[in-house]
Amino acid sequence: MAKKTIGVLALQGAFQEHEQMLARLGADYREIRQTADFTADIAGLILPGGESTTQRKLMYSTGLLAPLQQRIREDMPVMGTCAGLILLAQELSNDEETGLSTLPVRVKRNAYGRQLGSFAADISLAGIGKFPMRFIRAPYIEKILQPDVEVLATYQGQITAVRYHKQLAMSFHPELTQDLRVHRLFLQMAASA
Amino acid sequence: MAELKENNRYELNKELAQMLKGGVIMDVTTPEQARVAEAAGACAVMALERIPADIRAAGGVARMSDPAMIKGIQQAVSIPVMAKCRIGHFVEAQLLQAIEIDYIDESEVLSPADDVYHINKRDFAVPFVCGARDLGEALRRINEGASMIRTKGEPGTGDVIQAVRHMRAINKQMKELTVLREDELFEAAKTYQVPYTLVKYVHKYGRLPVVNFAAGGVATPADAALMMQLGADGVFVGSGIFKSGNPAKRAAAIVEAVTNYQDAERIARLSENLGEAMVGINEDEIQLLMAERGK
Repeated sequence: MAKKTIGVLALQGAFQEHEQMLARLGADYREIRQTADFTADIAGLILPGGESTTQRKLMYSTGLLAPLQQRIREDMPVMGTCAGLILLAQELSNDEETGLSTLPVRVKRNAYGRQLGSFAADISLAGIGKFPMRFIRAPYIEKILQPDVEVLATYQGQITAVRYHKQLAMSFHPELTQDLRVHRLFLQMAASA
Repeated sequence: MAELKENNRYELNKELAQMLKGGVIMDVTTPEQARVAEAAGACAVMALERIPADIRAAGGVARMSDPAMIKGIQQAVSIPVMAKCRIGHFVEAQLLQAIEIDYIDESEVLSPADDVYHINKRDFAVPFVCGARDLGEALRRINEGASMIRTKGEPGTGDVIQAVRHMRAINKQMKELTVLREDELFEAAKTYQVPYTLVKYVHKYGRLPVVNFAAGGVATPADAALMMQLGADGVFVGSGIFKSGNPAKRAAAIVEAVTNYQDAERIARLSENLGEAMVGINEDEIQLLMAERGK
């Protein structure tokens, strides 16, 4: 089987950290900065952490929003971390504008406050076990909008990771750890797509 | 957060800087400007009463901004808000921490409060960014607890030459360290007046252990892309946006130029009809070199 190429949205933020994880797992990847980069052979997409308002704005100005949205709706596997979760969400409780709006959840941005509220904790992640989670000015998921959204992790009663069909989204940053398990899970999703 | 180990705080602060990479941090003086910056795609704003060009023009002692003014900007936007304190003025830094600023810039743009000592940034829970002209300054600031570095450039001039000089100097010195023999690193640590462990890190990885942005004199999309091609992780734009003819358009163009910094055709399009850039001052025409402050 030919190796599949994973797209890493590289508009702004910590996309290199995801690329390093993919490289360690031996996966092929490509940075997606403009529409020309997002070709039909991209078998999965990672939306990195960073500033969601910046990335959303750039998705519009580069014209990437519509093609990304279309492929996600056609079941291309996608993984969003932190800002990536915000961009996937169908509703935001404290922002008027959504991004790709493909994931039926309601997300609260900066839900733990400013940088002084950032924290790390080892939390159980369904199918994986205890995972070192790093929350940087992180959002959380306030509400599930479809019954078939699977909750993968919670912290102090708030949802921090979900899976919905081929969409995997979390409010923390596996790319900031040395733990490859989440990325491995995503590559398996992309391989079986 | 109770379960947070304090030694983790520095890592979390470095990680916030990682989230800012590939982005543009803009100086703003009012909530309206902050909203313009956020809408244009800024990844953070720097709240200050006067932008560097006006500080330069006004002269006198430049201090930390009014906390009420900073809070107004914190309320206006959802992106991280940074603010400046004077070099060595740890009480100004304490006040900024008290109002939960996201990043403190211990900045040479303000009048230094101490001509010997920088702030012991390890004492703080909030992160610090500091300016550096060369590798020694960068590593000394990191040793003091800075979790992000930027070039000093020459603020408020609209002249990018010093930012270029500082970025090239840091990169060249890092490259030189990577080819040294292990037994030569001790001497390098003495030369740079920095701890051996930091020299060892640069020797091994060829980069700083923290994110490194460009700052000082960036006024056009081409300036921003120049700094990115020279290896900056992102760009601060101070006076360049709100001292120009069409701030919203220029700000958006600089944001897009940083993302696609290698795409000359796109940057050429982005540079069309931006209106007047800020009036610059050449480095040999200025009286006060802010980059000389704080070594």
